[in-house]
Amino acid sequence: MRFAILSFPGSSCDVDMLHAVRNVVGEGAEIVSHTDAKLENYDAVLLPTGASYGDYLRPGALAQSSKSIEALKTFADSGKPVLGVGNGFQVLVEAGILPGAFLRNKSLKFRSGNAKIAVQNASTYFTSNYEQGQLITIPFAHEYGNYYVDEDTLHLLNETNRIIFTYEDENTDGSVANIAGVLNEQGNVLGMMPLPERAVEEIIGGTDGLPLFQSILKNWSEKNVSHA
Amino acid sequence: MTKVKVYVTLRESVVDPQGIAAKEALQTIGYSEVESVRIGKLIELEIAGTAAEIETRVTEMCDKLLVNKVIENYSFEIGEVAGK
Repeated sequence: MRFAILSFPGSSCDVDMLHAVRNVVGEGAEIVSHTDAKLENYDAVLLPTGASYGDYLRPGALAQSSKSIEALKTFADSGKPVLGVGNGFQVLVEAGILPGAFLRNKSLKFRSGNAKIAVQNASTYFTSNYEQGQLITIPFAHEYGNYYVDEDTLHLLNETNRIIFTYEDENTDGSVANIAGVLNEQGNVLGMMPLPERAVEEIIGGTDGLPLFQSILKNWSEKNVSHA
Repeated sequence: MTKVKVYVTLRESVVDPQGIAAKEALQTIGYSEVESVRIGKLIELEIAGTAAEIETRVTEMCDKLLVNKVIENYSFEIGEVAGK
């Protein structure tokens, strides 16, 4: 499987993502610069965290000026998997690929640590290797982690089981309904604020992020690899 | 060149943590009459074109990039058209 890690100026954690996919999951991965708008030869696109475009205007907002966003929209429309973590989630929201918006943390502080999150839907492309309701520990690091959707959208997300992860410890960032991750309508684009690529090896404190990548791989293989 | 001021405010349904912190700070230093503070943004543009063109183009700019309408509202003022 070939993963593209789409990198913008200021996407500082593209190398972490590359390490997780290439060295730990053991699949093909390349960092693709936002100036190279070709994504069609990849099987999945990962949007790493960091502070793209310096978080100017609003986190994730200025990435819209990149031609690669059009390529990303085409890629997402084709049904192939797209995962945005941290700032990558913010880019997806600002590009209108996922619903909602981000506000500054309720505490007004940059916060980082380990988030205890619950898998609210374990029958998606990204979570099928988890158990329904499983509690997992995934690192996070953000100042704009306060996810907002209006009531109608929240209702829709609930009705369609598109709230994939929720914070189970103190939700100090203020996210609506404790949301930590949401899925698009088609089911092939996931955005989450916790950072699964930072939880793939015991030596860095845990492996709870690994099943997410393995889910993508398994679901892709079932569709694309012949078992004849 | 015409100056345009775009005022970006948070929608009423959105909690403004900065505004709440500023309100509490104002109350702490003696301005107990302050009941609410909402913090927005002022974006100043210098832009070429007629007033009608500017109106259309700035509306587009706000909708596409400058403003996130999920959480923000906006209004703008077009200054005197300079030159000519």
